[in-house]
Amino acid sequence: MEKIVFEQTSGLTDVPMRYCPGCGHGIVHRLVAECFTELGMKEKTIGVAPVGCSVFADEYFNVDMIQGAHGRGPAIATGIKRNRPECLVFSYQGDGDLASIGMAETIHAAARSENITIIFINNAIYGMTGGQMAPTTLIGMKSSTSPYGRTIAANGYPIRVCELLAALDGPVFLERTSVDKPAAVVKTKKAIRRAFQYQIEKRGFTLVEILSQCPTDWAMQPLQSLERIRNEMIPYFPLGVYKEPADSKSSVMSDEPVVAEKKE
Amino acid sequence: MSEKLFMKGNEALAEGAVRAGCRFFAGYPITPQNEVPEYMSWRLPEVGGTFIQAESEVAAINMLFGASAVGTRTMTSSSSPGISLKQEGISYCASAELPIFYSNIVRGGPGLGNIAPAQGDYFQSTRGGGHGDYRVFVMAPKSVSEMANFPRKCYEVAFKYRIPTMILADGILGQMMEPLEFDFEPIDPNTLPLPSWALRGTNGGERRTVKSYDLRPSAMEAWNFRLEKKYNEIIEKEVKFETVKIEDADIILAAYGTAARICESALMLGRREGLKIGLVRPITVWPFPTQVFRDLARRVRKFLVVEMSLGQFVEDVQLSINGKAEIHLHKRPAGGIPTGEEVLEVTRKVLAGDESKVFARP
Repeated sequence: MEKIVFEQTSGLTDVPMRYCPGCGHGIVHRLVAECFTELGMKEKTIGVAPVGCSVFADEYFNVDMIQGAHGRGPAIATGIKRNRPECLVFSYQGDGDLASIGMAETIHAAARSENITIIFINNAIYGMTGGQMAPTTLIGMKSSTSPYGRTIAANGYPIRVCELLAALDGPVFLERTSVDKPAAVVKTKKAIRRAFQYQIEKRGFTLVEILSQCPTDWAMQPLQSLERIRNEMIPYFPLGVYKEPADSKSSVMSDEPVVAEKKE
Repeated sequence: MSEKLFMKGNEALAEGAVRAGCRFFAGYPITPQNEVPEYMSWRLPEVGGTFIQAESEVAAINMLFGASAVGTRTMTSSSSPGISLKQEGISYCASAELPIFYSNIVRGGPGLGNIAPAQGDYFQSTRGGGHGDYRVFVMAPKSVSEMANFPRKCYEVAFKYRIPTMILADGILGQMMEPLEFDFEPIDPNTLPLPSWALRGTNGGERRTVKSYDLRPSAMEAWNFRLEKKYNEIIEKEVKFETVKIEDADIILAAYGTAARICESALMLGRREGLKIGLVRPITVWPFPTQVFRDLARRVRKFLVVEMSLGQFVEDVQLSINGKAEIHLHKRPAGGIPTGEEVLEVTRKVLAGDESKVFARP
């Protein structure tokens, strides 16, 4: 008998995604959708879409969605969560959105330990606007506004968001992962699931930073872009858990779905 | 209906909002409106609401964006520079049709200006204020009593039309104390139906989206025309104004808010001298009471506009009168406060034929 080994999650709509070939957004969308669906929260989830490539996330996630101003996702999510504490609330943001224009909202939502989850896509570039330098663009990396390569003298240093937030008391769970290979994708899903689980347990602020490839604006072939993640991004943005609850070692974080997907 | 209270304008405004069902406030300190967040910080928890001191005005307005999207009656408050910072968020709320309520306790500008009462934010308030084609429903109280009672109307309009609404006041109205009575019973928002558009999770039903964009030009154009239709309905149905002794008037004073209160004094003093002075006070400055000015301009030859700014409000009077009468302008910007005697003196001169303050001739 045939066995289904993979199928599309009902947490995503059937709208064709507009992301470029080789982009990491589609993978992360799927993981986020699988996580809130498997945790039995699909009908109680409200997502916040940013400004940037993932502005269209409001069309892709099969839940109540709101799309807000550039960088203000954590403030919008705060307003939602304080009034709908029973809902799972996530804010999906890129590096320009979260670590540049929205840094104040990010830090203060973290400091308040708002019980929300931020899915942070770090691809070291402004994708939607055509490849400008981001707060996470690596030293030496070329972009349309650092055509000779980012220099410390002119542009300063890339920002390590997990390390920065780990200095605060507010965050409950911070992890940096990547989606450059299948094992990394599996690990990213576990991180998102843990973040959502902690939110459901009302523990406080959670953020998962995901190093993601942007072949189009990096002007690379998709496979080359995966190499850049491994050879350039991970050395500067080390993967791992930067903050977790003290009882996390003993708590059982099962990988098994709480709710089996209904077969249509 | 309710007991007589003696309150500061800012506190009356906050209490009025709570009684009108406000259950979420986010704001950032700025003078002269600090009593509003201070009041909300203890009052909202009493009624099961939420107060957040935001990290900035920008964060505060975006907290409202989220909180109002789930159907909560929300409020933020600020003063001029802070309201400027909120404009992007207000534009998003206008486009996404979120029923937020906010107040601008205007101070002197431009720039940091000062903390004195002023009316320099009239254009910003009545022309939308942020980017794009939109309007905000704007009420301009003249007393502490109106500060207390107008929030109810603002929420009513906000939820009926899904539009941002605001109270345009100033440091005098915010800081002075006056007796007041509430003209409505407190509203428990839990007894109101949750609007169909409010996000709450699908709960097995259709999913909802709240957003302010459509990248297809034709769709966004249609979106704008849809908003315009709503604005036209508000212009038709929600105009509010007050007139005083216009029936036999030889000259009409036109002013809003604090300036109108001062004009009332000038009118009373002038009437004692036998001067036939009338007053038109727009209560909503958007939508503007165009028709009353238009009608009066058929028989009254002279209008004297008094505003605590350099000639902003006068433009709406001019557009309404449309060249049918003479308009004079007495202006006191950025903390200059006219007195009743001062306005009366200008009125006497205008009636006597002085043309030094002419703004527009027929």
